[in-house]
Amino acid sequence: MDLELMINSFPKLLSAAVITLKLLSVSLIIGLFIGLFFAILRLNKNIFINSFAYGYSYVFRGTPLLVQIFIIYFGLGQIEYLRSTVLWIILKEPYWCAIIAFALNTGAYTSEILRSAFQTIKPGTIEAGKSLGISNKVIFYKIQIPIAIRQSLPAYGNEIILMMKGTSLASTVTLMDLTGVAKYIISTTFKPIEVFIVAGGIYLFMTFIIHNFIKFLEKRYYF
Amino acid sequence: MKIFKKTIFSVLLSLFVMGNVYADKIRIGTEGAYPPWNSKNEAGKLIGFEVELAYTLCRYIGQQCVIVEQDWDGMIPALIMRKFDAIMAGMSITAERQKAISFSQGYADEVASLAVMKGSSLEGLDTSAGINLTKPNAAAKKDLKTLTAALAGKTVCVQTATIHQNFLDSGDVGKVNVRTYKTQDEVNLDLASGRCDAALAAAVAFSDYAEKSGKPVVLTGPTFSGGAFGNGVGVGIRKDDTELLKKFNAAINKARKNGDISRIATKWFGFDASM
Repeated sequence: MDLELMINSFPKLLSAAVITLKLLSVSLIIGLFIGLFFAILRLNKNIFINSFAYGYSYVFRGTPLLVQIFIIYFGLGQIEYLRSTVLWIILKEPYWCAIIAFALNTGAYTSEILRSAFQTIKPGTIEAGKSLGISNKVIFYKIQIPIAIRQSLPAYGNEIILMMKGTSLASTVTLMDLTGVAKYIISTTFKPIEVFIVAGGIYLFMTFIIHNFIKFLEKRYYF
Repeated sequence: MKIFKKTIFSVLLSLFVMGNVYADKIRIGTEGAYPPWNSKNEAGKLIGFEVELAYTLCRYIGQQCVIVEQDWDGMIPALIMRKFDAIMAGMSITAERQKAISFSQGYADEVASLAVMKGSSLEGLDTSAGINLTKPNAAAKKDLKTLTAALAGKTVCVQTATIHQNFLDSGDVGKVNVRTYKTQDEVNLDLASGRCDAALAAAVAFSDYAEKSGKPVVLTGPTFSGGAFGNGVGVGIRKDDTELLKKFNAAINKARKNGDISRIATKWFGFDASM
């Protein structure tokens, strides 16, 4: 064990963890909107809208995140036509390719989490709102969405943690996130165990924070 | 229960036998993704200069060899952790690597070069044909200045943990935006897509790609050798494995004397890259 290397690499890895957190938070925010949008589509009675939303979540939950990143980054980069469009400004950057892949992936899982949360709302709750003369729109925004979000907290907390670990794949498209920098340090020191232990420790610490934050929210909004 | 015991026994026995089969064979690690040094054919079989040379050297050593595939970025750690006994993967002998492992004498040497897509502003830089960075002369220093100016703010792509990455990180050509990839294939893909303004690797890696893909990849600037680019490519061996190091050095001597290295090199590179 090379303790000195572990201590020396710690600050470098810590600043790389900031990139990891940035990737995570941006893709989670975008993914949450995507997820909510598709969850609502899933609840639609129209079979085309419904199966479109189902198809999306099926494809993105059914393929590995690594494959999705590679298709978006290396795959789309091969299409010559695309390179002449404005889209290329975004797709040229590995950062945005990673964000797109992560957001679409977590969006698919989030849509499923939210859909099932919507479906667990007891019809009586909605009927109670109706009997009070509240409009459907207000029932949806003020009753269904808040309950669904609370119901989905435990499952969504898991999704955040899974996504946090998933961001390590950003290093495969040249981003210097926590895993990317760890690999870089290993490439010059040839000591993978020490560096990965420190990197793993930082991931574990981030999981600890996320886990406790979700737990706090669950207690705070207990009903 | 009897079947269960039998299964356990046969599994253990096969493990024991397999362990023994590999015991007296030299295991050589290669990447299989850096043509023409080492690569894979359509059938997934390892081929290339180093694969053929490895079998030749093993014949001189008088021991059987197994060639093991290993990702480039884990090559040296895998050697140290005894996943195999020697590296033959286009790995240049550098001072940095020698801190971790030993190298045999060099068996081949080959220059590095920048590559760009045809029509790039970096095409046709006004430099000499080749520079040696071990003791850079006036012309070499002038070329480095030209490169520093040309590459300022540009994205240059390299494979991770290579001499090419070391060179760009060393600051000899100023502050360039270095992007690292797991394999040379990925570097080539992103060079062609336009995400990289330029790429740096062994010159043959680019000409091989240009030939196979038909993409208009052209070399630019001087070719590089010496300094951060090391002193030729050798067999990487664990530091405590002095016995094997001696065997490889002797085998390389014999193979060189008999003209085997230059014959195999000419076959795969199209020119004699042996040393």
